[in-house]
Amino acid sequence: MAKPRVKQSKIAKRQARNFYLYTAPWLIGFIILTLYPVLYSFYLMFTDMNLSGASHFVGLDNWIYAFTDDQLFVKAFVNTIKYVVIFVPTSLILAFFVALLLSRKVKGLGFFRTAFYIPYITSGVAVTILWGWIFQRDFGIINYVLSLVGIKGPNWLGDKNIAMISIVILSLWTIGNNIIIMLAGIQDIPTSYYESAQIDGAGFLRQTVNITLPLCTPTIYFNLIVTVIAAFQVFQQPLILTNGGPLNSTYTAAMHLYNNGFLYGKMGYASMMAWSMFAVIMVITIVTVSTSKYWVFYDD
Amino acid sequence: MPTKSQKKGKIISRTITYLILGIAALICLFPFLWMISTSFKPMSEIYSMPPTLIPKSPTLENIIEGWKGADFGLFFKNTAFITLLATVGTVLSSSVVAYGFSRFQSRLSPFLFVVLLGTMMLPSQVTLIPQYLLYNKLHMIDTYWPLIIPSWLGGGAFNIFLFIQFFRSLPKELDEAAEIDGANSFQVFYKILLPSVKPVMLAVLVMALVYNWNDFFNPLIYLNSNDKFTIAIGLQFFKGSQGNVQIGQMMAMALVSLLPVLVIFATCQKYFIQGIKMSGLKG
Repeated sequence: MAKPRVKQSKIAKRQARNFYLYTAPWLIGFIILTLYPVLYSFYLMFTDMNLSGASHFVGLDNWIYAFTDDQLFVKAFVNTIKYVVIFVPTSLILAFFVALLLSRKVKGLGFFRTAFYIPYITSGVAVTILWGWIFQRDFGIINYVLSLVGIKGPNWLGDKNIAMISIVILSLWTIGNNIIIMLAGIQDIPTSYYESAQIDGAGFLRQTVNITLPLCTPTIYFNLIVTVIAAFQVFQQPLILTNGGPLNSTYTAAMHLYNNGFLYGKMGYASMMAWSMFAVIMVITIVTVSTSKYWVFYDD
Repeated sequence: MPTKSQKKGKIISRTITYLILGIAALICLFPFLWMISTSFKPMSEIYSMPPTLIPKSPTLENIIEGWKGADFGLFFKNTAFITLLATVGTVLSSSVVAYGFSRFQSRLSPFLFVVLLGTMMLPSQVTLIPQYLLYNKLHMIDTYWPLIIPSWLGGGAFNIFLFIQFFRSLPKELDEAAEIDGANSFQVFYKILLPSVKPVMLAVLVMALVYNWNDFFNPLIYLNSNDKFTIAIGLQFFKGSQGNVQIGQMMAMALVSLLPVLVIFATCQKYFIQGIKMSGLKG
């Protein structure tokens, strides 16, 4: 009896040793670049730490300042939520719709997939600058096209009521990966469902509503969570296109964090920003996860 | 047999499908055509109405002047250097770590796997400030270290997860057979398992290449001196110095900065699509 037990523990030891050996890069990275920073930033939120490293414990002062004297804190969050509320549903509906059309055995699928994917793969400073030129009021191509049909185009980036919509439009242009994930989700649905629906005389619309859409909800659910988390951190597009303007109408939470931390050196305050963003994201995610049982269908 | 009207309905719905997809594809691709067009137009033509798609008097001036306007050659070299080191690190470290997770167990391994998945949900802002302060303490601000080190320490939970999924799908008999032949655990990894997940490796590789090439936020935070700038920061800096006045040069440089990404995409499209599909699998 004693012998096999020794052998067992020897194998277990070897297993554990190898586990830590091979996962060591991630473990070290996790401790230094994630665990310690998370704990430290939680502490920093209650301090007035600046770039030079001087710091005092200030309790809830950062939070009080955010909600009383900092005019931009609430504004930045409202703007960000506005962006998320407009962008996330439209991007999901659009991605589903385009994927649905692509799933109809179209010829040239490869071409379309490439066309929709290129904006995603190139999304960065270069295409953001490009869109600044496309949105230009007097010489931009959008307003020229609008003028052809007799519409006087708006000042896309200079009008405080429209600038955020323009940023959403640019973001909608880069949803190629969502389309491909949705398409893969639709293509996973067994064809037998459609065959029996066809026998029952159900048309494309009814098949979509009764088969494709419900069986695609796990994919939509996954895209929803990922997109919300990413959208809440929107930073690069407003920074480059409008720098938060006009009249701070496109000034987002991530920009407020960046400005406080890296332009004004207010590291304690920036940490408070980070945690408040995290809190909002967590709340949205928890609500999404806990309501998922009412609308996400698993086919098994 | 479908009736005539059913057939007709089918043709109409097909036509509408192609029409919508065609318009959508045009919307996706046209901005690039517009960028190319603007890049080769002289200033007078850029601001002429009605605009032309094909330049009437094409010129290379924007590319030449734009390239000279800032040190773009150097920005390219810097970006290539960072991208290369970060990408190699990502592929190597994420695959090794995934091997550890998928083939070995310890008392803490199930817990650590949950932690790994949990880090995917963590917005990067939460760790940003302390990371910056840490690199600052180590005198690594305005160096490439902060842009490269994380890639060598796991290379992102998502990539690790991708490899884990595929290592787990490989039968353990494969490893055992190799072990009987005298292979040690590392040889099992790089002689048996790694070659079997080549498509995943290539997917992670091309996505890391593009991610690092496009990365704007990290270079923005960590790099200060002009001669260390990457192409993304260089472009933004160039925009700041030229404003909208030199739109032709701006478009020309934006176009040039995209070329490597477009070339990688054109040659490795299959692996990108694979990578995206795999990323949807966990849903």
